[in-house]
Amino acid sequence: MQYGISVLLSGISLGGQYALIAIGYTMVYGILRLINFAHGDVFMVAGLMMVYLSAALPLGAALPLVLLLTVLLGFAIERAAYKPLRSAPRMSVMISAIGVSYLLQNLATYVTGGLPQMYPELPLLSQNVSIAGVTTKWVTVVTPFLVIILVLALTQLINHTKVGMAMRAVAKDFETSQLMGIKINSVISITFVIGSALAAVGSMLYFTNYQSIVPLSGALPGLRAFVAAVFGGIGSIPGAVVGAFIIGISETIIKGSNWSVFSDAFTFALLIIILVVKPTGLFGEKATDKV
Amino acid sequence: MIEKKSKKGAFLALAFVAALLILVIVLENTMKPTHMLFTVLKKGAVYALVATSMNLLNGFTGLFSLGQAGFMLLGAYTYAILTIPVADKDSVYYLYGGSTVKFSLPDLFGGADTAPGLILGVLLALILGGCVAALVAWLIGLPVLRLKSDYLAIATLGFAEIIRAVFQWDKLGPVTNGANALKNFPTFSSFNITNANGEVVLRLSTFVAFLLSAICITIIVLLINSSYGRAFKAIREDDIAAEAMGINLAKHKRLAFCISSFFAGVGGGLFAMFANQAQAKNFTTAMTYEILLIVVIGGIGSISGSCIASFLYVAASEWWLRFLDTETYIGSFKVPFLRNGFRMVVFSVIIMIVVLFFRKGIMGDKELPDLFRKRAKTKGKAGAEHA
Repeated sequence: MQYGISVLLSGISLGGQYALIAIGYTMVYGILRLINFAHGDVFMVAGLMMVYLSAALPLGAALPLVLLLTVLLGFAIERAAYKPLRSAPRMSVMISAIGVSYLLQNLATYVTGGLPQMYPELPLLSQNVSIAGVTTKWVTVVTPFLVIILVLALTQLINHTKVGMAMRAVAKDFETSQLMGIKINSVISITFVIGSALAAVGSMLYFTNYQSIVPLSGALPGLRAFVAAVFGGIGSIPGAVVGAFIIGISETIIKGSNWSVFSDAFTFALLIIILVVKPTGLFGEKATDKV
Repeated sequence: MIEKKSKKGAFLALAFVAALLILVIVLENTMKPTHMLFTVLKKGAVYALVATSMNLLNGFTGLFSLGQAGFMLLGAYTYAILTIPVADKDSVYYLYGGSTVKFSLPDLFGGADTAPGLILGVLLALILGGCVAALVAWLIGLPVLRLKSDYLAIATLGFAEIIRAVFQWDKLGPVTNGANALKNFPTFSSFNITNANGEVVLRLSTFVAFLLSAICITIIVLLINSSYGRAFKAIREDDIAAEAMGINLAKHKRLAFCISSFFAGVGGGLFAMFANQAQAKNFTTAMTYEILLIVVIGGIGSISGSCIASFLYVAASEWWLRFLDTETYIGSFKVPFLRNGFRMVVFSVIIMIVVLFFRKGIMGDKELPDLFRKRAKTKGKAGAEHA
């Protein structure tokens, strides 16, 4: 029973962290039809920045600075690597994304010297708490609530503001919305800014749990979050969150069983099954040209 | 390696490859065998094959697959499992108390020390490695090939990860040696001819790598120039139009996927021979990305581009840019930035520049002979205008 609760708790918290990354994927995909392979690495870089900044600055200054720098990084990546390829075939943009991911990983290896870095202890989040006899970190408890608050704020933004309306329009039809006077470049930039900010928050929560960061730590969580986004229906934010919780919980369950080698295999098997059976995902809108 | 439009072209290409092979033998027997050049040449030859096989799928058929490392893993493991000498099995599989595969192909033909045993055993194991990869590709293709573009990419990438997880599984240990490396199988150096005292008389290791890779690439080129190849290209250009012209889409996509995986499997076997070991953790997504970047640098849809790019890529990453990784002093001035890891940063910046600004890569979708032919043609045109 206790074991069940602890697995469920950490599964929900892991799912929440994936959800924050998955939103970045799903928003970018919804607008640009691009799997932003570099998103997982942005998440990793946010973690590394926290390591270095918290060593130099007090936490109160480091936290917002990490958020700001990650947002700038996401913005810069979009401007430098994706914008010049706007009229190019989708494959070229995807290759560019893979190139950016490669660059960020190598840069991280260079800066860290390839050594795992320890994530700093965040006050409150890193402290232990016991729920129903299970001891866990505060971050586990905080994550799902934080995710729900952020997602609600985001849905408000998308459904009830002018920027949100522009985003929905661009996601619906790129060219027509341009004709209607929407500045698609700024809409796309805003998408990347929101995605990166959420990835930064996600990295703070994720690395408080899994404290060591290596240059490759972003790759797999990134892919899992992408699977979550596809599972929930790409382009749909509630879908991404639900998908992320499902992936997070099932991963924790499998990691705790005898089949731990297959935790990623299961995630990808889930992806293939959903793509074959219901390509639009759980909450996806009508089929586009995916399949 | 080279597109053959006529008998003359075919002959020229064959002569070029033969000259290359002879040059490799001469170089290897005159230069110091530990020279970096040979590592680069061997790895370059292996990567050229894998990149070509990826190009067949991504560049010629227009199926964006990212499963190459998974198929290489299948080939490498099949090769290694089938060729580890029976006598060495206990020491390699010491954690699992010996292997369940009680035979070894070279031993069946008289042992890896004899010429027929080595050649037949290695060839058969490589081909079987390719077949296993092709078979798995066929199975994977059943659900996955119904997907398009980036969904296909992510699904194949997922399958590569699944394959990697399966091969590291403890329960399969007696076959795959779990997460540990397989070693002691025949490598490229086994092909060096030695005399009775064990001294090397004739070095053939790089030559063998080139020969095997050249044969496979030639087969791919022949395939691309056949009616199947034209069907692949038609699918790439417009699958609906291709279907309207009577091309069976499902059949041809599956065919391209299986053939590409077959050669990726053979390439994986060759990679194991190059690396002297086969271990699942080496065949990561990063490897697929590496090969994809080679294809992009060479030009998507150009076989000779892929070959040139793979040698350039391997040489740059393993050899020419090495100096960036060591701290250097000019007089007492320490050159900034140079330390471990800087090489890869510079390298990835170069790749980004190619991806962003030279989107066609080295060759675009042209082959080597096209370059000469085109120049001659434009000259002729200019002459005609003058007249």
